[in-house]
Amino acid sequence: MSAPKTLYDKIWDNHIVSINDDGTTILYIDRHLVHEVTSPQAFEGLRMSGRKVRRPEFTLATADHNVPTMDRDKGIADPDSKLQVETLERNASENNITYLPMSDKRQGIVHIVGPEQGFTQPGMTIVCGDSHTSTHGAFGALAWGIGTSEVEHTLATQTLIQTKAKNMCIKITGEVVDGVTAKDIILAIIKKIGTAGGTGYVIEYTGDVIKNLSMEGRMTVCNMSIEAGARAGLISPDEKTWEYLKGRPLAPSGEEFETAIKYWQSLATDEGAQYDEIVEIKADEIIPQVTWGTSPEDVVSIDGYVPDPKNASSDEKKRSIERALDYMGLEPNTPINEIEVNKVFIGSCTNGRIEDLRAVSKIAKGRKVEKNVHAMIVPGSGLVKEQAEKEGLDKIFIEAGFDWRDPGCSMCLAMNADKLKPQERCASTSNRNFEGRQGRGGRTHLMSPQMAAAAAIKGKLTDFRDL
Amino acid sequence: MEKFNKLTGNAIPIRITNVDTDMIIPKQFLKTIKRTGLGEYLFFELKFDQDGNKIDSFALNQDQYNGASILIAGKNFGCGSSREHAPWSIADYGIKCIIAPSYADIFYNNCFKNGILPIILDEETVAKLQDTAENTLNFNIDLEKQNITYLENNEQKEITFEIDPVKKKCLIEGLDDIGLTLNKSSSISDFENNQAKETPWLYGSKII
Repeated sequence: MSAPKTLYDKIWDNHIVSINDDGTTILYIDRHLVHEVTSPQAFEGLRMSGRKVRRPEFTLATADHNVPTMDRDKGIADPDSKLQVETLERNASENNITYLPMSDKRQGIVHIVGPEQGFTQPGMTIVCGDSHTSTHGAFGALAWGIGTSEVEHTLATQTLIQTKAKNMCIKITGEVVDGVTAKDIILAIIKKIGTAGGTGYVIEYTGDVIKNLSMEGRMTVCNMSIEAGARAGLISPDEKTWEYLKGRPLAPSGEEFETAIKYWQSLATDEGAQYDEIVEIKADEIIPQVTWGTSPEDVVSIDGYVPDPKNASSDEKKRSIERALDYMGLEPNTPINEIEVNKVFIGSCTNGRIEDLRAVSKIAKGRKVEKNVHAMIVPGSGLVKEQAEKEGLDKIFIEAGFDWRDPGCSMCLAMNADKLKPQERCASTSNRNFEGRQGRGGRTHLMSPQMAAAAAIKGKLTDFRDL
Repeated sequence: MEKFNKLTGNAIPIRITNVDTDMIIPKQFLKTIKRTGLGEYLFFELKFDQDGNKIDSFALNQDQYNGASILIAGKNFGCGSSREHAPWSIADYGIKCIIAPSYADIFYNNCFKNGILPIILDEETVAKLQDTAENTLNFNIDLEKQNITYLENNEQKEITFEIDPVKKKCLIEGLDDIGLTLNKSSSISDFENNQAKETPWLYGSKII
């Protein structure tokens, strides 16, 4: 009998095409998502070398980073954005790749579209020229972000040359406190292990707390694996996974679905399998989390305070806190719940799904967005938008004074027209609070959808459970 | 890809930790469909303030670092996005080598695809090299010998570094990964044929 294996080991082993003389592995890639920003140079490379896309049917393309989230009928105003989207459209058409255009209601953020269409399935290897590809790990798929050179390599060969990462297990024990979401869990994880804590590892998230999360919550957790430095995050697939996949357009159906489930069940980490690193986090200690600084590890509980550089553990840490405070315009020791915001962004591949919007609607219902706050809600896909409108959530949002928009990446990275102005402060459900991420000079505080909605109502960071 | 073996040049110290890809190349410059021409936007928001004025204290704006081909950076350099625009802008600026205590994983790999050598040294050595870079005109980097040499107070100094032998070979030979993998097309086809039997639903005819 072979040695016990982790979920990661199994998916890896199932995709080895061959091992090169130098010890690297040619790994088969089952599915490839493509968007407009990181693909044009890859297609250009193929054209220049006279190479073809090996498996166009394993590739799915959509435009998300550059698309406008309002007045879509007027097209894309920015000429560079327009050219990038048109280039994707042309590249997809020339290479027989399925492309979901802006006018298609299935268009949206790649990492929302993949799961929605059943393109994402357990046991697969999935890549995309986007670091948040880790999202798909929620299905027990090995999914990671790649650069454009690797996009080209995948298009040409349907493989990548890889070196195996180490196994890390993050076990969330105990029970979550009421009101604590998947976002709070992943922020607490990043606080604990740091933005480089997962470098060189694939993280498998385990424990009852993770099991009890919905598929959408699991996606939120895996999505931010990259913010912990790990290329990929994984969660063992289970009944919830099959239930989610059943009936999706690209998921297997009928007898084949039953056969697939048997295979998917065999992927779970074997008893006795060895992880190179195990991290345990107690769920009971987590309350709603927010970031105060300019790195996703700058996390603090909502009842906490802005850190004081005087208490830093090293000179380097002190300098980095000072730099972050200066950028964020914050004073040391300020209570977090006194920080005022003038923008709110609800959306992104981290928190732009229907459950996120339902959670926001519960906070928004019967309340009003503070008059000095502009609060936008950007659904992750056209289908999320449609579902929300079917449930009447849009009416609740509009009634409360939220700005209800069309799907896309939007102000998560501010490549389209949606961006912060200098010194604007934003409560955001996205994944990165880097300097300039949401617009030059803009100040980002990351948090859950509930917390962002509460910030919109109160005009300041606040524990939504106290509303 | 351009081959990398030896490099002689001056070095720019960037004394910031967790330099992310948004700092290296802000998103407004990602709308290109070309690989070239991004060098002038490298560290754009650290080089210019919001009104477009040069920030003199930033090393890239200081004459002594003109024509530098080496960056000496803080730990976890290149964290964040997978955008290859980050190494493209670095290479296009003329930087061929980065020295830092650690890198983010995707960025590190992207460097090798673009002929950039990312050297890893311990934090103390990197900090010392950042000081040295302020006064030293030339560092010599020899990938074959895996060392960095320079003159300091008329004394020849040498620092050695470790690097994965595979990655070293790729840089020295300037290998085209795709060409190499395509030589194994028949293994890829064999894999596909086998996979189609084992997990046939992956090869279904469903379309959207």
